[in-house]
Amino acid sequence: MWSRLVWLGLRAPLGGRQGFTSKADPQGSGRITAEVIEHLERLALVDFGSREAVARLEKAIAFADRLRAVDTDGVEPMESVLEDRCLYLRSDNVVEGNCADELLQNSHRVVEEYFVAPPGTCCPEWFNR
Amino acid sequence: MAAPMLRWGCRGRRWAFARVDGGSCHRRGAPTGSTSNRIRGESSVAQQPLHTAQKTRKGEHKWAAVVGLEIHAQISSNSKLFSGSQVRFSAPPNSLVSFFDASLPGTLPVLNRRCVEAAVMTGLALNCHINKKSLFDRKHYFYADLPAGYQITQQRLPIAVNGSLIYGVCAGKKQSQVIPKTVRIKQIQLEQDSGKSLHDNLRSQTLIDLNRAEGQLRVDANISVHHPGEPLGVRTEVKNLNSIRFLAKAIDYEIQRQINELENGGEILNETRSFHHKLGCTMSMRDKEGKQDYRFMPEPNLPPLVLYDATSLPAGADPQQVINIDQIRETLPELPSVTREKLVQQYGMLLEHSFTLLNEVGLLEFFQNVIKETRAEPKKVTSWVLNTFLGYLKQQNLAVSESPVTPSALAELLDLLDSRTISSSAAKQVFEELWKREGKTPGQIVSEKQLELMQDQGALEQLCHSVMEAHPQVVMDVKNRNPRAINKLIGLVRKATQSRADPVMIKELLEKKLSL
Repeated sequence: MWSRLVWLGLRAPLGGRQGFTSKADPQGSGRITAEVIEHLERLALVDFGSREAVARLEKAIAFADRLRAVDTDGVEPMESVLEDRCLYLRSDNVVEGNCADELLQNSHRVVEEYFVAPPGTCCPEWFNR
Repeated sequence: MAAPMLRWGCRGRRWAFARVDGGSCHRRGAPTGSTSNRIRGESSVAQQPLHTAQKTRKGEHKWAAVVGLEIHAQISSNSKLFSGSQVRFSAPPNSLVSFFDASLPGTLPVLNRRCVEAAVMTGLALNCHINKKSLFDRKHYFYADLPAGYQITQQRLPIAVNGSLIYGVCAGKKQSQVIPKTVRIKQIQLEQDSGKSLHDNLRSQTLIDLNRAEGQLRVDANISVHHPGEPLGVRTEVKNLNSIRFLAKAIDYEIQRQINELENGGEILNETRSFHHKLGCTMSMRDKEGKQDYRFMPEPNLPPLVLYDATSLPAGADPQQVINIDQIRETLPELPSVTREKLVQQYGMLLEHSFTLLNEVGLLEFFQNVIKETRAEPKKVTSWVLNTFLGYLKQQNLAVSESPVTPSALAELLDLLDSRTISSSAAKQVFEELWKREGKTPGQIVSEKQLELMQDQGALEQLCHSVMEAHPQVVMDVKNRNPRAINKLIGLVRKATQSRADPVMIKELLEKKLSL
């Protein structure tokens, strides 16, 4: 994958890429607002507790941004590194399941045969009970 | 968890439903194209008359509503979409869950062939274009019944797109006329379902069962309003719609709410709302978190899904590992619209009759069995099946399979009627007796109750004569062209025959006697 990109040569950054990066930083200034951090924390349930963590995030984004330097004009995006593989199709037979006991052992809390979770979306505090 | 689902989006300019329970049918029009939240600004579609939701005040612009439906349908398969656990209702909690379904690390999705076939079949039945290559994506959000933290779906490139469905809307007086309409199907995609949450508010906890989510069929509605000619409005998504009736009420309410809000200078937020059926209104489900961001990304564990047809099928391929769209098309049963058309052509019935026949489980088969065994004309059979037979079923809330009257019995009854052995009213009496499930045949009932029509023309003429003699005033009225008088006379003769004469025959004889 990398060799393909390098072969295309480096050019000025192009627009119109559906990036999974840099939504946080459209201006390219490298700074991420507190609002964005809060948003990310809620989306990903990650704790950017320290200034250090935020700085690491900014560096990661800057690193990924280097992809923009590649000219991908007229190049079909690669959907998956598996794109030349065949998607295996399984026959519609019942071959697994029936292991509730085993699975429930993984859970911190159980009520009868149900997993127990905090009401609504997860909140980290609940896990420390 | 991971029960297989098909999701399809209908982008309709009008509603996709045939009947609004208890109310009149509204027709809502919108002149422009798809309201998809992802694709906006499609070019205006052809002219069609606009029907708005309510009266407009003088000088006000008309409003047009656009409604899109997101329908989740459970695929009928033995095992799940991405795992080999069973698909079944009412199993002990978490007993139909594999390691993958529980999202244990190191597990991978393995696509179920049957689900792909089902998706292709659905796409073909709904006139879609089947994408020979489709992709799987991850849609991320956190909820206790989604242990992976994401749902595998087909957001970017689904398996089928651009279909349509023709359906019937009941209109006219007494809702008896059926008007065919078309709704567009934006896309059909395969996706996982979540598990089931049981909320225990007392103990502030949620119990999770990863077997499968509730409901084999779920619908969410997307609604927006705008002025014709202007861009589409902001849409809201309405959830918690548990029946067609509620769906209709919720859409009605939301359209009105949006119009009111906008006319009062407010704005519509792109949000999710829940329908509260007791209050008959929708309420915002939004919390302070703002708009949901699903962070879609390609599913890295699944290559693209490639489908073939007769021309592109690779030689020597393992038949288990390839899906041939043309082959699947051949296995499609006759679609309802084709069946309806055939019924109209073959039996001369009205379109609305064909809808009724197909809308009741087992009714078409019942009808066809009666047709096979009786000499009576199809129109007579249609009338008896749709009016008398169906009427009795509905009154007692029975399914066709629970009917005390078999197709053979009805066929025999109709033969007796056709051969003028019994009159129409006698036939109704026999039918009522048959419904009592006493094991008697129509023939037996007719004998027992002496319902046979008088065959002796001479005796009937004699009776007509004596009745006419006994009621000179009525005869005078008939001669004076009093329209009700002839019926009175017929009634008198019928009474004299103890209802064993065909009223049609009586009328003929009387008219002959009176030289009318």
